Amino acid sequence: MSQLSSKHVIGIEHLTVDDIQLILSTTTRFKEIINRPIRKVPTLRDITVANLFFENSTRTRISFEIAQKRLSADIVNFSSSSSSVKKGETLLDTVNNILSMKVDMIVMRHPSPGAAHYLSKRIDANIINAGDGTHEHPTQALLDAYSIKEKIGDLEGKKIAIIGDIMHSRVALSNIFCLKKLGAEVTLCGPPTLIPKHISSLGVKVMHNVDEALQWCDVANVLRIQLERQNTKYFPSLREYALYFGINRQRLEKLNKEIVIMHPGPINRGVEITSDVADSAHSIILDQVENGVAIRMAVMYLLANKQD
Amino acid sequence: MSDTTFLNGNQIQLTIERLSREVIESINFQNIVIIGVQPRGVLLAEKIHKRIQELTQTTIPFGKIDTTFHRDDFRRGKSLNAKVTEIDFLIEEKDVLLIDDVLYTGRTIRAAMDALLSFGRPTKIELLVLIDRRFNRELPIQPDFVGRTVDTIEPLNVSVNWSDNENNNEVVFVKEI
Repeated sequence: MSQLSSKHVIGIEHLTVDDIQLILSTTTRFKEIINRPIRKVPTLRDITVANLFFENSTRTRISFEIAQKRLSADIVNFSSSSSSVKKGETLLDTVNNILSMKVDMIVMRHPSPGAAHYLSKRIDANIINAGDGTHEHPTQALLDAYSIKEKIGDLEGKKIAIIGDIMHSRVALSNIFCLKKLGAEVTLCGPPTLIPKHISSLGVKVMHNVDEALQWCDVANVLRIQLERQNTKYFPSLREYALYFGINRQRLEKLNKEIVIMHPGPINRGVEITSDVADSAHSIILDQVENGVAIRMAVMYLLANKQD
Repeated sequence: MSDTTFLNGNQIQLTIERLSREVIESINFQNIVIIGVQPRGVLLAEKIHKRIQELTQTTIPFGKIDTTFHRDDFRRGKSLNAKVTEIDFLIEEKDVLLIDDVLYTGRTIRAAMDALLSFGRPTKIELLVLIDRRFNRELPIQPDFVGRTVDTIEPLNVSVNWSDNENNNEVVFVKEI
């Protein structure tokens, strides 16, 4: 097996276990490359990639852009705030116009769930979903899986707790699919208002006591409270959330074992996680960011190499 | 498939011995590093590296290089599974001895030289191969040290089969029927 089963990466849900394993093993090669004295390979020199960001992003956009530059691809950047989308152009028209300029691959973030899937049915280029609303964020899940594997070994049988705002999190959904496919056990933890009702049908456990979840898990992936997606109040105050669900040093010291702490960023320090935990030796938050570049290089490399 | 043995284990052993001594004769040992080309050149490189160290009683840095991301046939239907690149030293101002098992079109060696430049600017790169298929070159690349030269017509493949037991190593012609 040396090819992906699909010409798009829309969501982890549609990737096979072989696809995920292939991406993870290819990532190791790229991680070696980005740590070389000269961190660049000429592999994608005849590929043009358009980064279409219809929603704000720092980490993901920069990570994709660095990954593209390390692979020698040509890049076109687009953000909706400074474009004709403001004049009323549809998504399909925007993308088709960009593709007419001979672009091979699209990396897209969009506030609407399913936007990447919609495009993939209508256009010819490879599409990578860099986050579609509250649906999926596949490259984040892949880099999380890679970072866990790098820290504590194969995911089979490992216990991962995802703590926080599950309802609004595309990272949570992609992580659930990815971790389950790799054989890990997953528990979600957060206030009942932030956990979707029927989520246990995906084969995950749900807990509402954060101390129990921490005691159970090997790895805690702490999610951000996404205030920008919350139109109604889901909990009384940030202070109360931090009190009941925030990860702090006292909570971790109560455990009789050491666990790995992850966070996909951006961090609300003092809300879902305190600074002394986020910056501690247990935290692999910055490894996640480094691995993100290698994961995105692997995904783009494998997609570009995909033969029809 | 029908195979014809071209070199047996004993002959390969003799050739490796000769190549090792030729390298010692002509290279500056203060400065040499040995790098094998993945996947199959590494096996030959390990043997030559070991022999040269034995003969000269020196320690020589050894690395492996994978050419996948530097190849010119990306997106042309080849399956491209990358292998490990392991060079934990700088090759800046070193004499690099690049080792592969079979030199055919020269494209792998071109890619390997390209990949090597990510680790610094070597003073010199020299090429050692066990088998040189001299009439099949597509690029102007010639080896500095050659085990055997063979002249083959296209549908014939030359394959070096390494085994755990040195006597079972062999170089074979594989005819594709």
